[in-house]
Amino acid sequence: MKHVALLARLELSDEELDYFGGQLAQILEHIDKISAVDTSNVEPTAHAVEVTNVFREDETTPSLSQDEALSNAPKAESGGFVVPKIV
Amino acid sequence: MELNELAISRLFPMRVMNQTNATQICEAFLAQIEGRDDKIKAFLHRVDADEVLEAAAAVDKHAAASSELVPLEGMPVALKDNLCTIGMPTTCSSKILKDYVPPYNATVVDRLADQKAIVAGKVNMDEFAFGSSTESSAYQVTANPWDLSRVPGGSSGGSAAAVAADMAAFALGSDTGGSIRQPASFCGVVGLKPTYGLVSRYGLVAFASSLDQIGPITKNVIDCAAVLEIIAGKDPADSTSVDREIPSYTGKLNGKIEGLKVAVVKELMGHGFQKEINFALDNAVLLFEQLGAQIEYISLPHLEYALPAYYIIGPAEASSNLARFDGVRYGHRTADADDMLEMYMKTRAEGFGAEAKRRIMLGTYALSAGYYEAYYGQALKIRTLIIQDFEKAFADHDILLSPTCPTTAFKQGEKLEDPLQMYLSDICTIPANLAGIPAISVPCGVASGLPVGLQIMGKHFDEVTLLNAAFAFERAFGWNLKPMFRDPSAKEK
Repeated sequence: MKHVALLARLELSDEELDYFGGQLAQILEHIDKISAVDTSNVEPTAHAVEVTNVFREDETTPSLSQDEALSNAPKAESGGFVVPKIV
Repeated sequence: MELNELAISRLFPMRVMNQTNATQICEAFLAQIEGRDDKIKAFLHRVDADEVLEAAAAVDKHAAASSELVPLEGMPVALKDNLCTIGMPTTCSSKILKDYVPPYNATVVDRLADQKAIVAGKVNMDEFAFGSSTESSAYQVTANPWDLSRVPGGSSGGSAAAVAADMAAFALGSDTGGSIRQPASFCGVVGLKPTYGLVSRYGLVAFASSLDQIGPITKNVIDCAAVLEIIAGKDPADSTSVDREIPSYTGKLNGKIEGLKVAVVKELMGHGFQKEINFALDNAVLLFEQLGAQIEYISLPHLEYALPAYYIIGPAEASSNLARFDGVRYGHRTADADDMLEMYMKTRAEGFGAEAKRRIMLGTYALSAGYYEAYYGQALKIRTLIIQDFEKAFADHDILLSPTCPTTAFKQGEKLEDPLQMYLSDICTIPANLAGIPAISVPCGVASGLPVGLQIMGKHFDEVTLLNAAFAFERAFGWNLKPMFRDPSAKEK
């Protein structure tokens, strides 16, 4: 659970780890039923309606302005997003 | 009858004949919101009444000078709060998007604006559309207009409740595993999940991108067709929207279904379902037979695995889509972090509610090294088998029937602590999302004073046949019940 929470970038308290752990175990037990199906000759489907190679002209069209793109930023400065120090 | 109790299919001819106008219509809906929404709690954000009336006056002014009126013009619409609206909060009922105000409109919002439909407000939903009761909203619990102690269904519960309570002429919802159809069923209104790719998803906050579709929730099938023909069609901003000619869905409704080949899906009825649901389905089947349809009972053996496959694919895609909520570009950011990792971890812990956390965990687990093939890979193959089952069924049949849900609306709080029971509420609706086919819920009865929905599923992009079958059924069945806003807690006092 802790490893998965780290992969998901989600801080969970010990109580939450317990609470969700129990529920997820129950859900996974139900889900495990799919392992009984023989799918050795079945191709996977990622997209239910066939769409292939959607191309468009490579043209410049108007998009959000810098101000609009930054309008919801928790912290912005000099036209960029501000994040905690990385290095 | 008050204007807000009428369907668009009634209001539009009245406008054309000058018996009413957009101002009167909007006034009636605004009065209803004012009078009812304190109990129903469908709206998260209401557009200012003056602003609505100003838009209505503009519609009336334009109508006076024009001979060409269109049905959605001047009609107040409730938008699910995961549809982006310029300058209007779009929260997805999540704390992480509490103050988010999009700088752009969803394509469907623009298309409705082109018709001069008038946005009445943004309505409640399960957080990020994760749920079947609208109770996972971070902001409020929406009541079912038929019984205020019960849920309206979900995740588009606010949309369905707003239409059922006559607070909006129509609504838009989104449907990933039943989120339009199940609340429509619980609230006694019509809800359509279109074929995957028929309606642009641009500006819909993504839950599971291979399953999500936007669709209408309306008072009747004609209104549903009228909304669909406006929102459907290719959009360059959504590469999965399909380029094909959009017919006049309303023009194709003739109510004739003689010779229509109808199949009832054995796996989606019977065992474990509320008894009255099965009765209502039997009645509906009988009615289709009387209308001249040919009925068969068929089996789609892999539907048994639809729910487990969905609860891999849905959360897997959701966990990827929700990675964007990292406290950098928009939404909540924790006040208490010194480095990037801590900022991500705390921002997300503070911003997401319990069901979102569950699905992120489930999806991340299913996609993680060592489990990917057994869960995600296997689920995608099961998806293929389910699609093949539907292809076989549709080779010999035009539409498929089932109940929309195994039960009527349940009590608030009843399934909140038992996620698996909550998930099972979507058992009949999930297969259509996995297969990408269109499916509609229409009222087909009541059980103990609560509406029951009939689900009709159709072939890819054959909304014409689907809607016409629904229209024929609706007309023959003659649904005319309205919610009475019963409040069991008031009696106890």
